Amino acid sequence: MKILLVDDESELVSALAERLSFRGFDADWVCSGADAIDKVKENEYDLAVLDVKMPRMSGLELRAELNKIRSGMKYIFLSGHGSEDDYKAGAAEAECYLVKPVKIEELVEKINLALESE
Amino acid sequence: MNIKGIFKPEFWDADAKSAGPYKQLFDYKRIWQLCIGILVAVSLVPILIMASIDFSVTRGAIISENTLEAARTTSNTRRSVSYFLEERKSALQLLVELHDFRSFHDREKLSQMLKSLKNSFGGFVDLGVINSKGKQVAYVGPYKLEGREYAGQDWFKQTVEQGIYISEVFLGFRDSPHIVIAVKHMLDETNNHFKILRATLDTRQFNGILSSLDLSAGEDVFLVNREGVLQTPSKWNGEIFSKVGFELPEKSFRTKVEEISYRKGDLAMVGYAYLKNTPFVLLYVKTEEEFMGGWQSSRDTVTWFTVVSIAVIILVMWAVASYLVDRIYMADMTRSKALQQMEHHNRMASIGRLAAGVAHEINNPLAIINEKAGLLKDLFTFSKAYEADDRLLGLVDSVIGSVERCGRITKRLLGFSRQTDMELRPVYPRKVIDTVLSFLDKEAEYRCIDIDVEVDEGIYEVVTDRGKLEQVLLNLINNAFQAMKDGGALLVRVERGDRQVLFSVKDNGCGIPESDLKRIFEPFYSTKKQSGGTGLGLSITYGLVQDLGGDMKVQSQLGKGTEFSFSLPVVPNMNGES
Repeated sequence: MKILLVDDESELVSALAERLSFRGFDADWVCSGADAIDKVKENEYDLAVLDVKMPRMSGLELRAELNKIRSGMKYIFLSGHGSEDDYKAGAAEAECYLVKPVKIEELVEKINLALESE
Repeated sequence: MNIKGIFKPEFWDADAKSAGPYKQLFDYKRIWQLCIGILVAVSLVPILIMASIDFSVTRGAIISENTLEAARTTSNTRRSVSYFLEERKSALQLLVELHDFRSFHDREKLSQMLKSLKNSFGGFVDLGVINSKGKQVAYVGPYKLEGREYAGQDWFKQTVEQGIYISEVFLGFRDSPHIVIAVKHMLDETNNHFKILRATLDTRQFNGILSSLDLSAGEDVFLVNREGVLQTPSKWNGEIFSKVGFELPEKSFRTKVEEISYRKGDLAMVGYAYLKNTPFVLLYVKTEEEFMGGWQSSRDTVTWFTVVSIAVIILVMWAVASYLVDRIYMADMTRSKALQQMEHHNRMASIGRLAAGVAHEINNPLAIINEKAGLLKDLFTFSKAYEADDRLLGLVDSVIGSVERCGRITKRLLGFSRQTDMELRPVYPRKVIDTVLSFLDKEAEYRCIDIDVEVDEGIYEVVTDRGKLEQVLLNLINNAFQAMKDGGALLVRVERGDRQVLFSVKDNGCGIPESDLKRIFEPFYSTKKQSGGTGLGLSITYGLVQDLGGDMKVQSQLGKGTEFSFSLPVVPNMNGES
């Protein structure tokens, strides 16, 4: 399974990618929405894990852009903010919203659930 | 507003001090007193002034009218009595002038004269002639008085001195009331030789003048002598020859009317006149009851009407002022509550934004630590070199555990501050209570407070606003903690009621005095102002419960503890069996 991790915190996203790779996922990571778009244009990902709050382009905006490029991709949102907007976004996407810090087992479970829902 | 509300309105016990420098604007009792004062002054003063003027003018008119009537009656009667005496005196003088005095010694002629007097004037009883030595030398009449000596008597002396004499009413030798009229006739001025013609008058005819007057029950007319001794019968001023019960007015031959204190201090109107050349004083007495009776009756009616009107006006003004000031008070309270809730809402929103910012700032580094530690653990786990090193794995787990703990705290903080608008969702009472208690578990642990939670079976979900419910429970449990000493016991119960769920927070703390209980939910009412209490906590809690559609009560015993309980309605979504 090919997964793209997008978060403005490179320390976080790099570690997370490595941990997912230990669990059998092929995970790439980038630190901005623009980089993520480039990556998706170049590769076929099954799922993207997006940080909700990022500079220049939020996770929700990025999802809209990525959907234009490649439909059928699954998304999981991460947020450290827990703001009202985040919460509403999470409520709309109840199955794919996690608040940082997140347990790797929980993330893996969400990824599997999202992929199975296909 | 009920009757009790009129006499003790809601604002009566309101404390204006909490309004600080604007306390005068919120001193409802003073506003009420001012309203009553102004209304009473504006409405009652004109009524009282008008009543007083009417009282004075009417009384003056009645007194004036009665004075005039008394003067008229007195004057008319005086003329009648004077005429009676004058007429008889003149008749005697005429006899003396017309007849040779020797003929008075002729008994036949004297009898003829008496007969003529009786026929012409009436009232004459006898007729006698007294010589200058005071001896009655001739007499005709029913008594044997011829030869009687009068030289030493006062009437004889006065007749000699004044030429004419009219006596008071007296009994004399004959022992029946009579009046004597004597006329002196000089026979020889050089030798002072004179004779006196003396006639006795029957008082019946004299009295008849007065008794024939048309008087009411409260009027009396009678004659007294100059010493105030009754000369004629009186209705209620005593028997003849007794003294009247009041001082005679000042001497006046003109008719006068005075008000005097009469019989046990009652007022009476007295018309009087001293009859010239007689010892008599004519008195006309009219009691106050008689001349003011009609006025007193109408005065009493007007007084009653005025008193009842004033009582009704005061009652109505009282009720209107109480109602209006109470409305103002209630409006102020409602506005104040709305402002507090708005302030609370804004504060919670600010706290929410602050908490969200803090959470963001903390959660991201926490997430990095979490992932780095997780990666470290993964490396140890998936590497055969460290796979068996439990100590290293334990250290990493400890780091991850601490990160999770921090994460739970930030999540709790976010969850608690997130909701400011009402959002109804199914919530689990037990979970809400546990969340709230998790904020206080350290304090409970340090203070050895025993916390017990009892939830009735069958209560799984309540559809309500979780954030508001958490705030209500947190406020009540916080209050309970403050009321308890170390080692206290707290019981949080959730019971199933009829179409509602009942929450209660019971402590064994210091309790609340009964005087404070009824005001405990009022805004700004605090028993802890010395220690910085704002008096808003319970007011806001009460408002939150009302927002949730519930009701809140408190029971407390001083020294034994307090129980706050509130109910939340069971909405159709609630399904205790699900």
